[in-house]
Amino acid sequence: MHHTLKHRSPAVLAATSALGLLLSGCGGTDASSGGAKEYSLTINDDNHIVQQELKTLSTGACKAQNTALPLKIQTLPISNVDQKVQLLAGQNALPVQFAAGGTPALTKTLDRAGQVLDLEKTLKDLGVWDDIEPAAVTTVRNLYGKFNVMPYQFNIEGIWYNKKLLADHHIAVPTTYDELVAAAAKLKSAGVTPFSAAGKEGWPITRLISGYLYRELGPDALQAVADGKAKLTDPAYVKAAQAVADLGKAGYFGKGVGSIDYDTGVQQFLTGKAAMFYMGSWELGDFNDKAKNKVGASGIGFMPFPTVSGGKGSADQIPANVGLPVAVSAKAYDSKVGDWLSCTAKNYGAGSLKDQGTVSGFKPNGDTGTLPPLTRQVQDTISKTTTSILWFEALFNTKATETSQTNAAPLVTGSLSAKDFMKKVQADLDNG
Amino acid sequence: MRSVLGDRRALLILLGPALLVYTLVMLVPMGWSLGYTFFKGNVIEGFTFDGFGNFEKLWHDQQAHSALWFTFKYGVVVSVGQVLCGYLLALLYVFVLRKSSALIRTLVFFPVILPTVAVALMFQKLFAVAPQNGLANTAVEALGIHHGDWFASGGGSFLVLVVMDVWRSMGFYGVLIYAGLLDIPEETIESARMDGATGWRLIRHVVLPLSWPVVLASAVFSINGTLKVFDSVLALTNGGPGSDTTPLTLYMFRTAFSYGDYGYGSTIASLLTVVCLGVSLIIFRFSRRDPTKG
Repeated sequence: MHHTLKHRSPAVLAATSALGLLLSGCGGTDASSGGAKEYSLTINDDNHIVQQELKTLSTGACKAQNTALPLKIQTLPISNVDQKVQLLAGQNALPVQFAAGGTPALTKTLDRAGQVLDLEKTLKDLGVWDDIEPAAVTTVRNLYGKFNVMPYQFNIEGIWYNKKLLADHHIAVPTTYDELVAAAAKLKSAGVTPFSAAGKEGWPITRLISGYLYRELGPDALQAVADGKAKLTDPAYVKAAQAVADLGKAGYFGKGVGSIDYDTGVQQFLTGKAAMFYMGSWELGDFNDKAKNKVGASGIGFMPFPTVSGGKGSADQIPANVGLPVAVSAKAYDSKVGDWLSCTAKNYGAGSLKDQGTVSGFKPNGDTGTLPPLTRQVQDTISKTTTSILWFEALFNTKATETSQTNAAPLVTGSLSAKDFMKKVQADLDNG
Repeated sequence: MRSVLGDRRALLILLGPALLVYTLVMLVPMGWSLGYTFFKGNVIEGFTFDGFGNFEKLWHDQQAHSALWFTFKYGVVVSVGQVLCGYLLALLYVFVLRKSSALIRTLVFFPVILPTVAVALMFQKLFAVAPQNGLANTAVEALGIHHGDWFASGGGSFLVLVVMDVWRSMGFYGVLIYAGLLDIPEETIESARMDGATGWRLIRHVVLPLSWPVVLASAVFSINGTLKVFDSVLALTNGGPGSDTTPLTLYMFRTAFSYGDYGYGSTIASLLTVVCLGVSLIIFRFSRRDPTKG
């Protein structure tokens, strides 16, 4: 026995040490706890504005900060954001800045786990808190409970319309939902696609449901669902989904709406193939881009989602958001990151207006150039807005959000009834 | 040889490294995953013990039921399609094209080596109705069938998915079964012919029984592959419209990685394992039967 043991032990030792090596390899190193080597940003690939503006800053106003900590951008499809952020957070390997996930719920979870930097405290410490627009602060707090994302974008949403197409068919800008439907019917019969909508992404369609809900039931409609005081399966809520399903049934979204992706949706509107387009003001960048916008910036108008007759909501309650915002990793924060943040807070607002023609949640300090008329109109609308409202899935969990967005196309193509749509989403809310 | 295998040290050195790697990359993660089934929570906030909660949830989860049903439906239809088309191709190679089949074999095999995502993108465009009408769609319309948007209904999406996956893999099964058919002695077929067996009777009573083992092997291959389908569904329909073409694998992936519920995701994975195991057992049992006595 002694003999066997003596000879076996080197092999056992080798195996054990190999195991140890492998395990330590798996464990990884906690490189992200401070001392970041790059000003890394992981962001959804369809968000060009933030990427471009940060790149502009890195060679302009924030050049010194960029030399100390170079900006490095990694993009990924929007549908993979949640997954990637969760995996990286689980390994304590979040980049310095990251798209905060498709749902505020995920950001709140990350925050509870101590992964998200408290930006109110940080920006106050850095002395740049006053560079944030108060309206953006309110909107972020409404969504996330506290101010913990960078408001690189501050958007309002509504229906953009092709002025020429409406005028050609003698249609006045609709102010009520019934007028909107009548306008769509008129356009359809004249061979014009009334609405361009990205059914593949789904959210441009579910936004119409929330638009209708807020006009019919008032600005608390979806908060009531979040608080459990109402259910999406209640008749008043199903009615909103039915209204949107009816638009699809009548063919107002054009052919194959489920296969239309975001870029195609934008393109349909900007090439004059569709008359109306529900979208956020982040699209101003494309609207002001002569190469992309064949209709011309002056050919596009903006109307708030129309009122529903007898409804409790009003048209000056505008959906506002900070886009898919960017959070900062609490574990990767150090003084170099702080330098970048304060430089960004001071310079981003003006740069965003001047270079991208879009409104951000930072105050525009300094030269903003001559603003395009559409951008001015959006700024005006923002300043006149008394109550801001959220989008359909803003208060949902990740699963309910995905269910809602993937079932939007079936809802408008008629393969899923309004009642079943709401039932599916409510089921995920109940189980989440 | 006997002296080498009789030596424990030699055994340990020969088997040890492989066993170690296998344990680390297969058994440990499997055990780990099984362990997750009793927990809820996520990687960000940590896990809490939940007993059989996840299994109870699985029992009542409508979405899991429809994913399971879709997995079966897809597995059976695509496996039958793959093996049947493969068999017909093999018959074509052996009995019609004979020695000149090399070129056709290569061409039909070609889609097997293409990346699934590329094939899926191609099929998306072929069957699209917007922004442009796809080629396949135009062809179908020329035949007088106006289906509309294939990807707007569960049935349409399923059909495109089946056509794509059968097209993609039938070349592989064609070659596999072709190799089996080549093993049938020429004399056997010759004597059957002399006895008056031709066409269908020759295939039914002589060729099929003699190639049965390779057909079964293909079926096992095929059903195990199709039950675990993931990439082609993800790339072609992304499980949609709604969740109409979501198999268990995709549902498991979403649950674990998108919804951050590792425990429930692992529970769905264990259901998939049980299903694959069960189906394989059934096929092996079936394989003992002699097809000529049916």
